[in-house]
Amino acid sequence: MTFWPRSSVAKKFLNGLTGLGLVLFIIIHLAGNLLLLTGNPDDLNRYAHKLESLGPLLLFAQIGLALFFILHILSALTVYFDRLRARPARYAVSGDAGGASRKTISSETMLYTGLVLLVFVPWHVISLKFGPGMAQGYVTELDGVAVRDLYRLVVEYFQNPVHVILYVAVMLFLGFHLRHGFWSMIQSLGAYHPRLTPLWYTGGLLFAAAMAVGYLVIPIWIYMNGAKI
Amino acid sequence: MTLHLRIWRQAHAQASGRFVSYTVKDLSPDMSFLEMLDVLNEELTKKGEAPVEFDSDCREGICGTCGFVIDGVAHGPRRGRTVCQLYLRDFRDGQSVTLEPFRAKAFPVIQDLVVDRSAFERIIAAGGYISVDTGSAPDANSILIPKEVAEGAFDAAACIGCGACVAACPNASASLFVSAKIAHLALLPQGQPERHRRVLKMVAQMDRENFGNCSNHGECEAVCPKNISIKQIALMRREYLTEIWKNFRAL
Ligand code: SF4
Ligand code: FES
Repeated sequence: MTFWPRSSVAKKFLNGLTGLGLVLFIIIHLAGNLLLLTGNPDDLNRYAHKLESLGPLLLFAQIGLALFFILHILSALTVYFDRLRARPARYAVSGDAGGASRKTISSETMLYTGLVLLVFVPWHVISLKFGPGMAQGYVTELDGVAVRDLYRLVVEYFQNPVHVILYVAVMLFLGFHLRHGFWSMIQSLGAYHPRLTPLWYTGGLLFAAAMAVGYLVIPIWIYMNGAKI
Repeated sequence: MTLHLRIWRQAHAQASGRFVSYTVKDLSPDMSFLEMLDVLNEELTKKGEAPVEFDSDCREGICGTCGFVIDGVAHGPRRGRTVCQLYLRDFRDGQSVTLEPFRAKAFPVIQDLVVDRSAFERIIAAGGYISVDTGSAPDANSILIPKEVAEGAFDAAACIGCGACVAACPNASASLFVSAKIAHLALLPQGQPERHRRVLKMVAQMDRENFGNCSNHGECEAVCPKNISIKQIALMRREYLTEIWKNFRAL
């Protein structure tokens, strides 16, 4: 497999690059999702319909995204297996040096938070994107055209408290993943700057919190306001 | 003062090790940590037991020979120093302390707290050198180097090759050491002739030696007695990726 990077540096570059792509995606995805909170069901439905009408362009983006997701996981797993090989005997006492260290609960649990997301994403895509559509009666009218009523599907979906609790939990895991992942991806791409890197490191915490909160308020808000919608 | 020690004892590379507890009494807070171990070893020798093996040479924090893990932290609780520069005043009277060797597949234990760090030497042999003409030594000032460049190179060159970065890394990666060596030579004019080959060869050798991968925990920088920054790891990555890109374009 010549396309698969063999060296440690190249593997981390791949992980950082795919991480960057996924970070851009979650920003755009959150911006789209916030349309659920405008109070007008047409906003989300119009946006979703516009995306769907991109046709092959959308398909191309989706395949690219799936590829990034898979490469991100594979490169992360090789890092994990390298680690198992490189440290067969563990320390009896584990310590933290503090000081300049950026080792956190977040950095040490990247594999586990990542695995949670790996399970979550297919479930999420199957239940909403590939969930019931126009054939199942989720139809609304926009400017005289019948389109899928994604809004109603999402609102109904989050009337189930189990869905809400699971989504909120997963978004907390996402936040933990991003806390280390955000600045780490920049470092993996080889970008370091004496003044900017500390900024990215702190910014990573803010970004992680913003993403986690941004995503998790949506199901909670819908659940609490569902009856009125 | 008194210290209660729990020390990893392992007779030889193939033996299975275990922790053994010792109590050392009548210590002065002004003693160095290694002097405390010297005291323990004298007592053990008098009793006819095998002394605890540990590495040290200069005991001035400049040679990179010493190093083991104290309570889970390589070189112990003080930042920016080697274990030979650690003093008992940094410990409490009656404190219990656990001593372990650096643990990594690439650093096999030879005995007790002594590990084999020759993997570092093989990485250096793979590319951590420069070409110089034979004959009489060139004039020291014949190559002018701007002060910022000299200082930047020296920040990296300060690495003493102790291996604490590997020991502290959750992945047992040697990236801080290797990047320090690469950065030191990449920044100086003398390092230019082999610059391109160097980074590829040293990274390849690092990977062959069974070190882990760097996932940017930064624990290495925190334990490094010479405060080598992970900016060197980013520099190594840029050097490496530039070479890969150039080779790719040349296809
Ligand atoms: S980078 Fe620091 S910790 Fe690593 S070998 Fe060099 S001096 Fe020791
Ligand atoms: S013995 Fe030389 S650095 Fe510690």
